Amino acid sequence: MITVDLAETPLRELNARLHALAPDTPPGAEERRWRILNPRGQHAIAAGLTVPIEIEIDGPVGYYCAGMNKEATVTINGHCGWGLAENIMSGLVRVRGNASESAAATGRGGLVVIEGDASSRCGISMKGVDIVVGGSVGHMSAFLAQAGHLVVCGDAGDHLGDSIYEAVLYVRGKVGSLGVDCIEKEMTPEHVETLRALLARAGIEADATAFRRYGSARNLYHFNIDHADAY
Amino acid sequence: MCGIVGLFLKNPALRPTLGRHFETMLVGMTERGPDSAGVAVYHDPAGPGACKLTLFHEDEGYPWREMGGQLSEALDAEVEVEHKANHAVLRIEATDVPARAWLKRHHPEVHVMGYGEAMEVYKDKGLPREVAAKYGLAAMGGSHAVGHTRMATESAVTTEHSHPFTAAADMCLVHNGSLSNYNRLRRWLERQGLAFETDNDSEVAARYFAYRMAEGASLDEAMEAGLEDLDGFYTLTMGTRDGFAVLRDGIACKPAVLAETDDWVAMASEFRSLAGLPGVETAKVWEPEPAKIYTWTLKDAA
Repeated sequence: MITVDLAETPLRELNARLHALAPDTPPGAEERRWRILNPRGQHAIAAGLTVPIEIEIDGPVGYYCAGMNKEATVTINGHCGWGLAENIMSGLVRVRGNASESAAATGRGGLVVIEGDASSRCGISMKGVDIVVGGSVGHMSAFLAQAGHLVVCGDAGDHLGDSIYEAVLYVRGKVGSLGVDCIEKEMTPEHVETLRALLARAGIEADATAFRRYGSARNLYHFNIDHADAY
Repeated sequence: MCGIVGLFLKNPALRPTLGRHFETMLVGMTERGPDSAGVAVYHDPAGPGACKLTLFHEDEGYPWREMGGQLSEALDAEVEVEHKANHAVLRIEATDVPARAWLKRHHPEVHVMGYGEAMEVYKDKGLPREVAAKYGLAAMGGSHAVGHTRMATESAVTTEHSHPFTAAADMCLVHNGSLSNYNRLRRWLERQGLAFETDNDSEVAARYFAYRMAEGASLDEAMEAGLEDLDGFYTLTMGTRDGFAVLRDGIACKPAVLAETDDWVAMASEFRSLAGLPGVETAKVWEPEPAKIYTWTLKDAA
């Protein structure tokens, strides 16, 4: 395992080393496991990874941590700033604290686990990523969500799933309000199974039958003058 | 983009270190605001019936002592002058009203940055680190401070356009965001008899809150009214004689982080500014909710 102390090493140097890793870095190699110390809220730590390495970050990170992640597993032992795992393609990003706004925004694949709370606009414009939040999410979460799953073990803020497409939302607690074109849908045994698998993948214990499911009413797919008031 | 910071010391034993900790917070927001920086520090209060004025003149050689002597004569009150670069702090054994009136009449070239019992305001162009060093921020003690690092998106980069904006005794405001209805609000406030010094949107917010409080509103009530009347994006931090307040608009697309321990409470646009505070590793760290008013006062801390 390689340990990098960001109190001594410039962040650019760390990211450059991570970006230089060869895609065929062998599984047993030292470069497959990293530990980052003293992140002190710096931005874009471990962004743009493309190799299946494991990174553990001890402390709070700033904006865009693990952005565009591909293949890698990134664990943050602390809180994180805006845009965590923005546009994640694959791999796993786990936050053991809270995440600020726009976590996993536009994510296309992979799994993002936030063990604490996520702030507003969690999963905004998500396009296939799976997001599991152990706590609650803020307002406008899953706004314009196109594909993937958002699982919220706590409550969701106002305007959940506004203008949602085909993403599926599971919320165990209260929903402040549903956004335009987002409705509650039946929780079939199939959905309970999907949710159970998601929770298991995320390593979060929760009773899958206690959740409600929300999704698109599909009224806004095409502009319809009769729906003008809904915009 | 801008950065804002606030630090309030609950534990009086930490007060001698206010400036040192606050400087790390201000410098932590350099990337959000490299154009100019400003701070309001609440420390070393003038006694009853006395006041402090922070004044600015571009010329570092401005004859502050001479002017202080004239003011002393005119008010028949003792005036102590502390000269720091292009600022001066006048400690006057009289209230601020006649002193400000005299300055306006006899020295309109001098800009009043702030006034009150305890507040001193320093702001200048340049990197936060340079501004902090120029005015000796690290050496200042005190109970609380608010600060701002500016990346201008609205109105010119000058000392006058820098934050904090003051609009009443011991009251100041720093703002990250942009207001959209400030011209209308300024015209309305002008009709209520208020005068403005710049074309800046944040000055309008500062005077708006000062106006509400002069009309009898509490800090909380003024902020509640602000949620209705201010249109735009904002995270605001307001300093008062007794504490500070934080408010985000209902959409909350301008960032803010709060952290609290038994010894202090701090706000910053980003965690980077909190990273150097003592005991931050075990502090309660959270994001203030949209449209929710957060206040801390010396009374609560006592």
